Amino acid sequence: MADKPGFPEILSLGNTGYGDELLWGAVMTLNIALFAYGIGLSIGIVGAICKLHGSKLTRSILNGYTTLVRAVPELILILLLYYAGTAALNALLASLGYGAFAINGFMAAVIVLGFVQGAYSTEVLRAAIMAIPVGQLEAARSFGMSPWMEFRRITLPAMLPFALPGLANLWLICTKDTVLIAVVGYTELALATRQAAGNTKMYFTFFMVAGAIYLLISLLSQKGFNWLEARVRRGQRVQV
Amino acid sequence: MANQQAGATTSAVIVDDLHKAFGELEVLKGVSLNAREGDVVSMIGASGSGKSTFLRCINFLEMPTKGRIVVTGEEIALKPARDGNLHPSDKRQLERIRTKLGMVFQSFNLWQHMTVIENVMEAPVHVLKVPKAEARARAEALLQKVGLYDKRDQYPAFLSGGQQQRAAIARALAMEPKVMLFDEPTSALDPELVGEVLKVIRDLAKEGRTMILVTHEMKFARDVSSHVIYLHQGVIEEEGPPAQVFGTPRSERCKQFVSGIH
Repeated sequence: MADKPGFPEILSLGNTGYGDELLWGAVMTLNIALFAYGIGLSIGIVGAICKLHGSKLTRSILNGYTTLVRAVPELILILLLYYAGTAALNALLASLGYGAFAINGFMAAVIVLGFVQGAYSTEVLRAAIMAIPVGQLEAARSFGMSPWMEFRRITLPAMLPFALPGLANLWLICTKDTVLIAVVGYTELALATRQAAGNTKMYFTFFMVAGAIYLLISLLSQKGFNWLEARVRRGQRVQV
Repeated sequence: MANQQAGATTSAVIVDDLHKAFGELEVLKGVSLNAREGDVVSMIGASGSGKSTFLRCINFLEMPTKGRIVVTGEEIALKPARDGNLHPSDKRQLERIRTKLGMVFQSFNLWQHMTVIENVMEAPVHVLKVPKAEARARAEALLQKVGLYDKRDQYPAFLSGGQQQRAAIARALAMEPKVMLFDEPTSALDPELVGEVLKVIRDLAKEGRTMILVTHEMKFARDVSSHVIYLHQGVIEEEGPPAQVFGTPRSERCKQFVSGIH
């Protein structure tokens, strides 16, 4: 290579540019965020129901979970699971006579971020369920609905208007928390950016581009959530 | 039943010696009722007399402390729970019996995320497993009947209170219940909207529907009821045909309570 490529060319796809590396990083970021968010929502739904209707023991376990996760920085949790978690898992597997198992960065990211998201989702969904006027649920019961049908047909759709603003927030936080996974050496958008910037010394260019990609993800997500919120609020009168 | 004999006609709802306490506060102290098929039983009384709690115990939105409830000949199996109340011991039985009791609430409680017709179709389709097309046809006919056919695709929040309550009545009727339970159906309405709801209930009474009605509308209770129960502090103070309860009550308290109407 005779000349070092300049600003637009450096982002091209292929051997000379870093465009494909960044795009791949962005895809990984979205992947991690989607899986983590999905796990978080699943934990959140179960957690919220158990916090509202569970036994005293379940409730205190869940209180411990939400308190702890919301207190400890995600970075610590990621390192803890990735290093200590792998060691513990392998010790367990060895004692059962299985071979060692390597937790890759992707799994660690998804599990830890999902675990963290779960704690916040639990609280968002619990508050949303509590915001449903109790009469809506009494009506469901008085028509002979089973608890599961009541949850599926009434509770879930009725709580969405209250939950969506909080859930949108959590999604955006989730997309940004994915950068934390770079510390265990897994290549997502932030690490791809740092490597490209380090190789070319074009720090400003690459971090601006990465910032723009996060912004784009964020803007598109907001559009999606706005559409969703308008949809679930169809039955509500707009208060001006 | 103390002073009512189930004659040739069968009983739709029998409540026997119902007690209900909220902690130390005993709201119902042994209230019984026998609603035969075609009866319109009105429950009147001051606020706090326990009449709404009584109605809510019939379909176990409140758990009674003591008593027996029989709906269309089937006694609801109960077992004592840790909270000191009786709980239905067979969830399936409870769900089945609840489909026979059409409940209309004071605050309508239409499902806000569904349109009017979706509200009316919801329980028939999902609880009774009626085919959708059939449920829709039935819902449309019922909405026509309560004068809301034009509003069928609206969401409840965009309707007036009177319209919401009429939609709620259609929703209850869609289950083809054996008994309709009305819990102060007009108490949350602006005065000018009360009439349209009472008219619908009056029409149901004329059709010979079995109804138990908790109400503050004395004149209405006198006109449509076959049997009136006056509750005072959790006990039946006076009961009988409307002419007796409103015209020649034995109880002094009842006489005072009904003296306002003419």
